Amino acid sequence: MLSIKNLHASIEGKEILKGINLEVKPGEVHAIMGPNGSGKSTLASVLAGREDYEVDKGEITFKGKDLLDLGADERAKEGVFLAFQYPIEIPGVTTTNFMKTALNKIREHRGLEPLDAVSFLTLMKEKMKLVEIDQSLLSRSLNEGFSGGEKKRNEIFQMAMLEPELSILDETDSGLDIDALRIVSNGVNKLKTPDNATIVVTHYQRLLDYIVPDYVHVLFEGKIVKTGGKELAKELEAKGYDWIKEEAGVAS
Amino acid sequence: MSKDDQILEEFASKEYEHGWNVDIEADSAPPGLNEDIVRFISAKKEEPEWLLEWRLKAYRNWRKMVEPEWANIHYPKPKFEDIIYYSAPKQKKKIESLDDVDPELLKTFERLGISLTEQKRLTGVAVDAVMDSVSVGTTFKKQLAEQGIIFCSFSEAVKEHPELVKKYIGSVVPSNDNFYAALNSAVFSDGSFCYIPKGVRCPVELSTYFRINAANTGQFERTLIVAEEDSYVSYLEGCTAPQRDENQLHAAVVEIYAAKSAEVKYSTVQNWFPGDKNGKGGIYNFVTKRGICAGDYAKISWTQVETGSAVTWKYPSCILKGDHSQGEFYSVAVTNNYQQADTGTKMIHLGKNTKSRIVSKGVSGGKSQNSYRGLVEIHPRAENSRNFSQCDSLLMGDQCGAHTFPYIEVKNKSSQVEHEATTSKIGEDQIFYCTQRGIDEESAVALIVNGYCKEVLNKLPMEFAVEAQKLLALTLEGSVG
Ligand SMILES: Nc1ncnc2c1ncn2[C@@H]1O[C@H](COP(=O)(O)OP(=O)(O)OP(=O)(O)O)[C@@H](O)[C@H]1O
Ligand SMILES: [Mg+2]
Repeated sequence: MLSIKNLHASIEGKEILKGINLEVKPGEVHAIMGPNGSGKSTLASVLAGREDYEVDKGEITFKGKDLLDLGADERAKEGVFLAFQYPIEIPGVTTTNFMKTALNKIREHRGLEPLDAVSFLTLMKEKMKLVEIDQSLLSRSLNEGFSGGEKKRNEIFQMAMLEPELSILDETDSGLDIDALRIVSNGVNKLKTPDNATIVVTHYQRLLDYIVPDYVHVLFEGKIVKTGGKELAKELEAKGYDWIKEEAGVAS
Repeated sequence: MSKDDQILEEFASKEYEHGWNVDIEADSAPPGLNEDIVRFISAKKEEPEWLLEWRLKAYRNWRKMVEPEWANIHYPKPKFEDIIYYSAPKQKKKIESLDDVDPELLKTFERLGISLTEQKRLTGVAVDAVMDSVSVGTTFKKQLAEQGIIFCSFSEAVKEHPELVKKYIGSVVPSNDNFYAALNSAVFSDGSFCYIPKGVRCPVELSTYFRINAANTGQFERTLIVAEEDSYVSYLEGCTAPQRDENQLHAAVVEIYAAKSAEVKYSTVQNWFPGDKNGKGGIYNFVTKRGICAGDYAKISWTQVETGSAVTWKYPSCILKGDHSQGEFYSVAVTNNYQQADTGTKMIHLGKNTKSRIVSKGVSGGKSQNSYRGLVEIHPRAENSRNFSQCDSLLMGDQCGAHTFPYIEVKNKSSQVEHEATTSKIGEDQIFYCTQRGIDEESAVALIVNGYCKEVLNKLPMEFAVEAQKLLALTLEGSVG
């Protein structure tokens, strides 16, 4: 589904990603871990098509298409979704209105009629249950004055609404309380199908108890320096990153 | 009279002395303006003597005035001697079907969601009998008449209700108020008149759409709204459809009179031709709008969405004379390409316990300049008065300008004035957040701007608000980057 080959990307002339290789197949869950500043969010942004980043080398294909050829909105329409590490506030625009606009744009791309008000509200009710989000939150300006946890929950609500094929969750667990973590993770799991894939960026093993990864990758200084199964996350939790850094240092 | 004035006066009357006679049978006046032209206009419209005198007085004042320079706008001054101040209302050329209309225009209509019937009306396509706007207008008029509401063209009002026109014309905007108001007073072509009797709540939104013969009011439009005690009316001016006009200069006057406990809501969507992408052409829109809350507890509320015109100069204002009276000004002014807008309001607090609220949202893109200019004046007698002003500017790109000129004069100690102002740039991260959800960049900008202007758009009547949202999106096309 997603194939990243030798990806190099920079921002303002500073190289951040230094040769990433990653293969994601339908139905898989990949976890990406790594120390602060190692490039996890950068990778997520480059995949989602943020324009500030310059792709200097490498290729990304998604469902056989050259992803780098597509603008951010086209990627979203093709089924790429990014749950932001820091969701953005848009004053005066409610989540409901935002989702209605987005959903109808995506439907238009798929040759579907826009949803009428009733079907949209029905769909919304259904997805609200999934992440146990309150109606009142959705009628407020998008992310404006939301608590950290509310913002994250709202991201997953949006994911549920748009039903993407590839979801990238950038530290969705940070800011969530213990109950919310369980609820949101359950939501993500319920959205899983054999046809879609998830990349979860996280610092904590705890999330991976709920969303169980098929692969765990460690990103360090812009490269994936180690890949393993879910037990790798446990090992990291116990030992930290130093041993990985050492290994990487030896390797390079 | 000062010496300067005397010289001017002499000059003005000399001009008249040597003036030429205008053929009253002619369909239009020759270009230029003198007393004969004013007489010609008045005669053509078969006006009573008092109105001719009123126009002449305005004309003589105008001669002595100079075009204001203080606004933050730059444009080649209109050549007043080249303007034709009267031409008989032309029959619009009838078109057989929409197939004959400029497809570009039709595309715009479609995107604004303007109905087919409305599209036909706007482009002058002959409409079938059932949907004929004239007949719609007639039934509508009958309904209003039953409640004693008068809603007609200004010319008609002069003929049918001269005592009302005489009593109120110039009572809010004196004919010598300012350069453009004086010009309008001298040569105004037509406009609307609206009268709501005591205790009547006008059951429908009055819009110029329903007024018969509203189409060709010309470039010097004049509107007068009188709301008697305890009455209510909501009035809509303009439409979202792009309006083109061969006349470059538009100088309108709107006067609102609200008696005790009366409430008038005045909403405008202004979408005159703004000129092309390079700043060529476009309408100069120099408008004087003012309302007076003459009685206690009266309320006047202005809501405007300004997207058109090359140059806008417009300050809908409220004189809060009655105690406990209220004034409101909600404005969205959007400029793109080379447009210039200098707009805002004046809230003049004269009565005790008066309240005013100003919410202004300026959005500028391209190489445009957008200024908010406002005055809040609280007089010594206006004890315990309150004003709240919120002036926000949103910049798209870095070649446009946003400016705020708030003037505040408080002359008593018991009153309170609050002013908040913000300037922000539309955020790339906001746009990315939207595009990441599948919303293309143009739509993202529209969504963000509409959110930004929501407080004002919410004040518009429902159908108008929906159209206005689409209009904002359309106006801002190509405004970023
Ligand atoms: N606009 C920018 N200009 C310069 N450097 C930047 C810019 N944006 C990001 N970086 C740098 O890129 C590096 C990678 O940042 P990134 O946000 O991808 O890290 P991360 O792995 O997500 O970290 P965290 O775990 O803290 O979220 C950091 O060193 C960061 O400072
Ligand atoms: Mg990060």
